[in-house]
Amino acid sequence: MPIKTSPIIVNIGPHHPSTHGVFRMRVMFDGENIIDLEPVFGYLHRGTEKLAEERTYAQIITLTDRLDYLASMSNNLAYVVSVEKLLGVKAPERAMYIRVIMAELMRIASHLIGLGSFLNDLGALATPWMYMFREREKILDLCEMVCGARITYSYMRVGGVSMDLPPEFMGALRQFCDDFPHRIDEYEKLLRENEILISRTKGVAVLSAETAKNNSLSGPVLRASGVNWDLRKSDPYEIYDRLDFEVPIGQTGDTYDRFLVRLEELRQSLKIINQCVKDMPIGETRLKLPALIRPPKGDAYGHVEAPKGELGFYIVSDGTIAPYRLKIRAPSFINLTALREMTVGYKLADLIVVFGSIDVNMGEVDR
Amino acid sequence: MTRELGFQDVAAAIERALPGAVVQSSANLVLVDSDKMAAVAKFLREAPGMEFDFLTSVSAVDYLDYFEVVYHLLSIKNNESTVIKTRAYSRDYPAVPSVVNVWQGADFQEREIFDLMGVIFTGHPNLKRIMLWEGFEGHPLRKDYIVVTPS
Repeated sequence: MPIKTSPIIVNIGPHHPSTHGVFRMRVMFDGENIIDLEPVFGYLHRGTEKLAEERTYAQIITLTDRLDYLASMSNNLAYVVSVEKLLGVKAPERAMYIRVIMAELMRIASHLIGLGSFLNDLGALATPWMYMFREREKILDLCEMVCGARITYSYMRVGGVSMDLPPEFMGALRQFCDDFPHRIDEYEKLLRENEILISRTKGVAVLSAETAKNNSLSGPVLRASGVNWDLRKSDPYEIYDRLDFEVPIGQTGDTYDRFLVRLEELRQSLKIINQCVKDMPIGETRLKLPALIRPPKGDAYGHVEAPKGELGFYIVSDGTIAPYRLKIRAPSFINLTALREMTVGYKLADLIVVFGSIDVNMGEVDR
Repeated sequence: MTRELGFQDVAAAIERALPGAVVQSSANLVLVDSDKMAAVAKFLREAPGMEFDFLTSVSAVDYLDYFEVVYHLLSIKNNESTVIKTRAYSRDYPAVPSVVNVWQGADFQEREIFDLMGVIFTGHPNLKRIMLWEGFEGHPLRKDYIVVTPS
């Protein structure tokens, strides 16, 4: 006698360890198969865009720290680049080098957590997570050296950075750059050919290039689908046009490719940092701008390649000390658009893995 | 480097294909009639020479007299970008056609604008609040929204 099943709705989250924060998925199951999914969020909504309308251009930097709090410097960078575009100024050479070093360190730190928690979700409980936190700790130490903070840095300023690098920084950074390649080798040895990882991720949630573009995905998720799009190459900002690095591209767009692209980006970021250390000029680190910036009337959209994808700020100025409107194009938020399409037809256990492979940060999704 | 298409060229191309769709155009603005927005989006996505296959961002700004919806478009194929704007003049029922059928990526972004700014995207398959809870009154990003601070 065949057993009849009827669809049931299950709420996964908001308080579930695999949801990396407070994220809820309303999933309709037929047995163990997903037949429908709706992401529900907003639990961390703080109204950043509204708050920004009440603050001066310099004060908003502290708000941007709290978007993707695993890569605060990248958020700082995206914001100051946008304001500089509005003002029509450029930071001094040295400041741009420092910014690129910090942004790439952030990319490494963010990908380490992304990979660590992804593997955690896969069932490789705690070991890879701890390995990757060990390396991230070194990056946080470097950031602490630079600006005194470990999470909310607010280090970048409109027209430069808040202060020059301390004398001990370069030595510590070189030490990190010497050690880290061996660590990546270690991860690769442990993970790349791992049978469990491959059987759980290969061919799972394949995302075609067309679907990825149509859903406005960006960052490693887009590149894993075989789309060669990285703002650092396609629309270079700061000094990226002078640097030599490759953009890792996936072949099939499955979960395994998203994992590999992130792993390879670690190496490329390190390559960028090494070049910056070598070519770093001496000089000013900050433009002389008035404390209260009053950009001319108008609007500007500035963007950078943040660890999770394209982070953009659309700023409308009315000529006063606070923006008239500030809109944040958050990569994590938009990357979730494709979650339903990626998971329908797969099983509950795959859902956790696929969600982990998108690597979102709820601070940025909810803003 | 992403090449920003000249606004006047884009406006001229739209006007050729869809006469009457462009309301205003200058060196830094292409303003499209809100009723024609869906057709313009389809044109920008498919027409040769345009091929904007990637909707980078949708934003809305409240200018009190009208709401302006801003579309940042990108063509990954040609590495070109442009910006299209449209306006909704009503405050009670500011309606703009949804572009979800053209770019799926507009889905959550339009819902967010509806939630926080109160612009209604007609034809959106699932237009409901996304950040705030059901039953929340008002749209906080509007300039006339009164913020009540708990005392």
